Amino acid sequence: MDTVKAKNGINWLKYASPKTFYPLAGRLIPWFSAGAFLLIAYGLYLGLLVAPTDFQQGEGYRIIFVHVPAAWFSMFLYLLMAGYAVLGLVLNAKLSYMMAKAIAPTGAMFTLAALVTGSFWGKPMWGAWWVWDARLTSELILLFLYIGYFSLQSAIDDTNRADKASAILAIVGAINVPIIYFSVKWWNTLHQGASVSLTKAPAMAAIMLQGMLVMALGFWLYSVAVIFARVRCEILERDNKAALLRQEI
Amino acid sequence: MYWHSFQEFIAMGGYGFYVWSSFGITFLAMMIELWALKKRRQRIAKMSNEGTI
Repeated sequence: MDTVKAKNGINWLKYASPKTFYPLAGRLIPWFSAGAFLLIAYGLYLGLLVAPTDFQQGEGYRIIFVHVPAAWFSMFLYLLMAGYAVLGLVLNAKLSYMMAKAIAPTGAMFTLAALVTGSFWGKPMWGAWWVWDARLTSELILLFLYIGYFSLQSAIDDTNRADKASAILAIVGAINVPIIYFSVKWWNTLHQGASVSLTKAPAMAAIMLQGMLVMALGFWLYSVAVIFARVRCEILERDNKAALLRQEI
Repeated sequence: MYWHSFQEFIAMGGYGFYVWSSFGITFLAMMIELWALKKRRQRIAKMSNEGTI
């Protein structure tokens, strides 16, 4: 701990303790919430009122302003959850397990949103609400992984064992994320290829891209605010569990 | 502003049902998540008032 402190002058490990993190998260939540609200409002304005129509997909393309950010966060939050699961197992840090557990519901919510909005896009564009395409199927598996994660958490009474078992599930399931991401390249899918890529120029008008990125940033701040609030609940509930057990003994 | 009238905005070039359902469901899902979190906090606050915490 001293070496960490000596290097950058801040004792970062201090923030790994639930007692220190609780008030810090509490102070940050209003800022993240306000930022999320403003960015989502601005993203909606750009996506629904300013962006021009798409020459191939007409106005139906506007679904991407919620679909793409939701799909990004369904995958990104899964990786973040798996990352905290690794940290929990390696450092045996309770806060890391609590973070992983707090991320899961938001990740699952965005996965469901990505699937449902995708369906509302598929019906007018492909003529089907659902097809067993590699992209869609791997995203559905992601939803099942999130559901598996909470089911395992709630099926085991002992908090320590529940944390460890579900962390392993989260880590093993992470293999599905690159499969979702690259599915449109690896297989001949009905789902269109990536609209935004790190290596190529974006295949869309600047204003459309801007709207999508603003919305994605809004979803990110929303996720942080909700996850922090959930970690705070988790900290209080776990403290209470210990207090109740002490009373019984 | 891209639209010429409010009707045109609502119709979304014939994709209105699909576009509005997508946006509606996404934000509804977020609202449900926030509501569930609020309920959980209220439950904890109640326990704390009763002196269990």
